[in-house]
Amino acid sequence: MDTVEKIVEDFASDIAMSPFSSGTRLRDMIRAIRACKTAAEERAVVRRECAAIRTAISENEPELRHRNMAKLMFIHMLGYPTHFAQMECLKLIAAAGYPEKRVGYLGLMLLLDERQEVLMLVTNSLKQDLNHPNQFIVGLALCALGNICSAEMARDLSPEVERLMRSREVNTKKKAALCSIRIVRKVPDLAENFMALAASLLKEKHHGVLISAIQLCTELCKASKDALEYLRKNCIEGLVRILRDVSNSSYAPEYDVSGIADPFLHIRVLKLMRILGQGDADCSEYMNDILAQVATKTESNKNAGNAILYECVQTIMGIEATSGLRVLAINILGRFLSNRDNNIRYVALNMLMRAIAVDVLAVQRHRTTILECVKDADASIRKRALELVFLLVNDTNVKPLTKELIDYLSIADPDFKGDLTEKLCSIVEKFSQEKLWYLDQMIKVLSLAGNHVKDDVCHALIVVLSNGSELQGYSVRSLYKALQAYGKQGSLVRVAVWCIGEYGEMLVNNVGMLDGEEPVMVTESGAVDAVEIALNRHSADATTGAMCLVALLKLSSRFPSTSERVKQIVARNKENVVLELQQRSIEFSSIIQRHQSIRSSLLERMPVLDEASYLVKRATATQATISADKLAPTVAPGGLKLPNGVAKPTSAPLADLLDLSSDGAPASTTTSTTTPNGFLQDLLGIGGVSTGTTGVPSIASTDILMDLLSIGSSPSQNGTPGQESKPVHAVPEAIDLLGSLSSTTSVSAETKPTHLVSQDMDLLDGLSSSTSVSGLEKTVHPSITAFQSATLKITFDFKRQPGNPRETTIHATFTNLTSSTYTDFIFQAAVPKFIQLKLDPASGNTVPANGNGSVTQGLNVTNNQQGQKPLAMRIRMSYKVNGEDRLEQGQVSNFPSGL
Amino acid sequence: MIHFVLLISRQGKVRLTKWYTPYPQKQRSKVIKEISSLVLTRGPKLCNFVEWQGYRVVYKRYASLYFCMCIDPADNELETLQIIHHYVEILDRYFGNAYFILDEILIAGELQESNKKAVLRLVTTQDALVEAAKEAASSLSNIIAQATK
Repeated sequence: MDTVEKIVEDFASDIAMSPFSSGTRLRDMIRAIRACKTAAEERAVVRRECAAIRTAISENEPELRHRNMAKLMFIHMLGYPTHFAQMECLKLIAAAGYPEKRVGYLGLMLLLDERQEVLMLVTNSLKQDLNHPNQFIVGLALCALGNICSAEMARDLSPEVERLMRSREVNTKKKAALCSIRIVRKVPDLAENFMALAASLLKEKHHGVLISAIQLCTELCKASKDALEYLRKNCIEGLVRILRDVSNSSYAPEYDVSGIADPFLHIRVLKLMRILGQGDADCSEYMNDILAQVATKTESNKNAGNAILYECVQTIMGIEATSGLRVLAINILGRFLSNRDNNIRYVALNMLMRAIAVDVLAVQRHRTTILECVKDADASIRKRALELVFLLVNDTNVKPLTKELIDYLSIADPDFKGDLTEKLCSIVEKFSQEKLWYLDQMIKVLSLAGNHVKDDVCHALIVVLSNGSELQGYSVRSLYKALQAYGKQGSLVRVAVWCIGEYGEMLVNNVGMLDGEEPVMVTESGAVDAVEIALNRHSADATTGAMCLVALLKLSSRFPSTSERVKQIVARNKENVVLELQQRSIEFSSIIQRHQSIRSSLLERMPVLDEASYLVKRATATQATISADKLAPTVAPGGLKLPNGVAKPTSAPLADLLDLSSDGAPASTTTSTTTPNGFLQDLLGIGGVSTGTTGVPSIASTDILMDLLSIGSSPSQNGTPGQESKPVHAVPEAIDLLGSLSSTTSVSAETKPTHLVSQDMDLLDGLSSSTSVSGLEKTVHPSITAFQSATLKITFDFKRQPGNPRETTIHATFTNLTSSTYTDFIFQAAVPKFIQLKLDPASGNTVPANGNGSVTQGLNVTNNQQGQKPLAMRIRMSYKVNGEDRLEQGQVSNFPSGL
Repeated sequence: MIHFVLLISRQGKVRLTKWYTPYPQKQRSKVIKEISSLVLTRGPKLCNFVEWQGYRVVYKRYASLYFCMCIDPADNELETLQIIHHYVEILDRYFGNAYFILDEILIAGELQESNKKAVLRLVTTQDALVEAAKEAASSLSNIIAQATK
């Protein structure tokens, strides 16, 4: 094969032919370029050549044109720009001689693609050449047209090509037929013009013409239903005859490929038969015999024979074949699968994927072999096999299959782990019948390939954990053990840390031991150790770090003895370079230090997460993002298949359940921003619900995640970018907020145990609106926190005007959250055009410090598009602190619906 | 259908490209880069197919050249391998331009001729046409040269 290399290396060496040569010859240029040692040298040579070619073009030297063309093609192939030469191609094509045209068309096909306007200019030359008396020039034009024509050219030149299909020259006929394929691909409407011609070409003897015509028929069937019907009626007999002739033919040296006569023709006929026989019993019946003959008689010791068998099996599977024929096909696949040749095994796996739709049981029989292929050394085979295994999993075989795959996961190629993990997770989620099994498998996957497990899979696991109270003890212990052994697996660390934080006491006290479970001896400080190690691990990212801090905080309340240590660990992060961790650390330190009384109720266990609504949420998110993925878990209408195999009716959205604020109205805002990350926000959203309530759309989902991990006043709560710059300053005020919590907090917490967490969160947020909610003013709509920063808080109470339903009176209350008095306080508001706004005078212009009293102001709002558009408002507050001007602004978009 | 044909040397140098599906120029270099890194890194005993962006790339190495063809996932990979071999055998028999030979084997990404001899006949006839034109031109130039002496 060395000569092959030589030929290609000597690219186009004989194109340049001008005897009037000046400048370097093509061969010399190639040699010069090949001799370059560095890319810079090569660029220099190419630049020099391009400059010479440009000069030649501008001087319009026709003699050098096709040598230059050849050079340009070579330069183009090296990846340099050659657009300046496009017109040269057209000039060469327009020349009279065959050699010029040949090079011109070659350049046209290589240098241009159909998007370029230059092609418009070539249409006329092509038309002339298609009508040329020289069959080779016609051939050049047909070849170019077939390779690069655009839809417009296809329409313009289609009559010429039709005419050429009737030519007497076989060379022209076959090229015209192939050219029609491109035309029909570009303009499917033209398919009907070609169908009779294509069918008539099937009567030819010449294999080139037959192959071209059969391919054209195949394309016509794809493009038009009428053509499909026409060809079913008119050419099925012809096809069967062609296949019989070629497969029975005696040795013909010109078509022989390792003992088989023209495998290409075989394959093309079989492919067209598949399309014609699909869903048509009569056609299929007609083909049965010849297919059986090809399937049984074709030699399978060489690639050519296997290629035919492969195509034949596909056709048998695709048409309405008899059961005997199907058995034959499945047997061939079985032989393929056990073949030692990797290529054959690859196509067998490929074919089995398609055969699943026809005969699952037959494919199941090969399960063990397929499973072996998952562990193959060849990445292509592994990938095919894994997809096949995924399709083969069912309720009965899921356990052994999962075990095999998990065993393999520990030794799998790093490149392959991602794919394997993803498939494993979806198998485990989809087919688990009991929670314990699901948890065990997930923990194993997390341990072996935690870095490849996607966030949404972890969230699903946490939802299941949260719901399975009888397994929480077992899970936290297993995760603790796994964490000790596989602390480098990111997702494992997150899930384990979350569980230790939530269920730490179950870990230490061995609560809820299962039968046969080995007790673990973990001390209280041991649990803290585990989280501390995770926090300090070099690879921990901000999210993991934040989760560790939350877990530590929770542990400090679960195990009072560790409180002092947790305080120290948390305090160490006060100077963390990651803002989020720094802020969290400062906030948490003060909770531990100064707010002992509320800590235990503040750090209660998360309420049980609602599984059904989580799945709805996840399914919607999945559908939105990967709608194309057919294997995505599907949601049955009216009910859901939960990971634990129990069907539950869909109930209220998760947001309602988890919405920790007492005003229920803004829940819809949270649901509308659903993303996979949004779920984590719900999970961890301890005090951050206000992000949901203010409904700031500009915050990216990852930011939301960070915001919602936070407790207390997060800097971006109101989405006013100007405030994000001083989060550290915000903290003392936040603590003031906490400090100002009245003793009624705990009273309300005791009286309403189910809302324990939410009540506390409200207080953390500094919501003082509980009185208005209780209905003193008999408002129809609940009051909202319209604005809150570290320094200022504004609440809106609403009153509808009985006379005009569109009109609402808003009672705004401004509260100063700092320890300095605000003077010259001015509140301004702006609304969209469809809203009318009237501001009443404020009750005063001085806002006392520390929330000791407030300023109120009335606003009259009329929404002219009530019911269509919600209220929205931009607000600006200016005031002076110790004579210094301050300005704050924000947007209120969390108005109760219906106003 | 075959979307494109690439010939890449073991060192990653491109020796031939042929596009049957329009790719803008910029994307072509990207495609070549991706395919090279996929194909050149594969070990010798692995199968000749790789999956690439939902397509299949069928490749085979002859001497130090990799012949790659990109096909639809529904196409016959084994047959594509046979087409590559068909092309290589013809290249091996006739010392001609690789592009012109390819144009006699494939049009519109579909197979044109399964008869190797027929391909050779067509290419030699056309090369002869070019040779004849060359000779005519050089004799013409001799006449001109003598006349202007």
